[in-house]
Amino acid sequence: MQATRKLPPVTEVGMLSLALIVAGGIYLSAHLPRHVPLAPAVILLAASALLLAGNLLSLTRVPSFAWSRFFEIARWALLAYVVTAGMIEYAFVRDHLSGGPLLVLTLSLVVYAVHVPVLIAFTVARYYDPSEATA
Amino acid sequence: MASVGGVASQHHEAAPAEAPDAQQDFEVVPRRGLIGVAIVFVCVVAAIAANKLWPLAFLHFVGGASWTIIDLFLGFVLGPILGSLSVPAKIEMTKKLMPKMVLIMPTVVTATLAAGWQLGVHLGTVQSTYYHHGWTVASFIVVGVMAVIALGLLEPANIAVLVELKKRRPDPEVIEKLMKRFIYTAGATGVMQIATLVIMAKLTVG
Repeated sequence: MQATRKLPPVTEVGMLSLALIVAGGIYLSAHLPRHVPLAPAVILLAASALLLAGNLLSLTRVPSFAWSRFFEIARWALLAYVVTAGMIEYAFVRDHLSGGPLLVLTLSLVVYAVHVPVLIAFTVARYYDPSEATA
Repeated sequence: MASVGGVASQHHEAAPAEAPDAQQDFEVVPRRGLIGVAIVFVCVVAAIAANKLWPLAFLHFVGGASWTIIDLFLGFVLGPILGSLSVPAKIEMTKKLMPKMVLIMPTVVTATLAAGWQLGVHLGTVQSTYYHHGWTVASFIVVGVMAVIALGLLEPANIAVLVELKKRRPDPEVIEKLMKRFIYTAGATGVMQIATLVIMAKLTVG
């Protein structure tokens, strides 16, 4: 089984990253329509984005990772999650959300729409040997 | 919750019984089902655009009920049954069930959350001035935790098990591991759905 290879904790880090943007989203949503101090949400978003970057960086250091399979899955997953992120963004814009909160929530959706496909593609690619013939 | 298990101990005798080509005669994402997904998403966008109570409530209630029932059913009914099946039957069941889950779960979750948020805006229940605001925030937290579990564990396992089954020689150990992860996380989110039901009942009666 390919999973016995030593791999970085991409799923765990990814879930932490998602938890941080969800926490930021809840923080902002819980204050509506009052003025929201943005600093906590920005810190959570920045930490989440850093974890995403760290996850991608750690993956690039994995020897013999099945990148072709990773990208094959990631691009379709990205398409799907961009659609769902677009629907959520539409709801925010429809409700006249603007300024800093809209920017933070939009960037959070970007992290979400990138990180979930990374997790899906990683979970698939970790069980592949790059030299393995695939269907 | 019963194990999905037993594959690891049985696959050596079961694997040769599987004809390689027969393993691959399914679609990871059923293309015809995408039409249904598109229809649901168009309905959600139309309901949000119209901002009318009935369509928003309909989509939120139907989506939420489906989400809860599917999670509980997978975790506590189908999971134990799947665990007791023979390896070929388990693989056959997985090939039939999981492609449908790839489409159903993200669609149901997105429709529930998007329509639910707009319904809250329409009714004013998401405003911090709402008298049960604490309950609303509690629902955000429960849904947030469920979303992280579903996005980080459940959905990747769903896709990965199907791609594994598409291989010329699927590894039963990998299938076993991923199916366990899928069923257990579905069961865990199903239990959390009960908390959502308690909160929603409170918000409904005031």
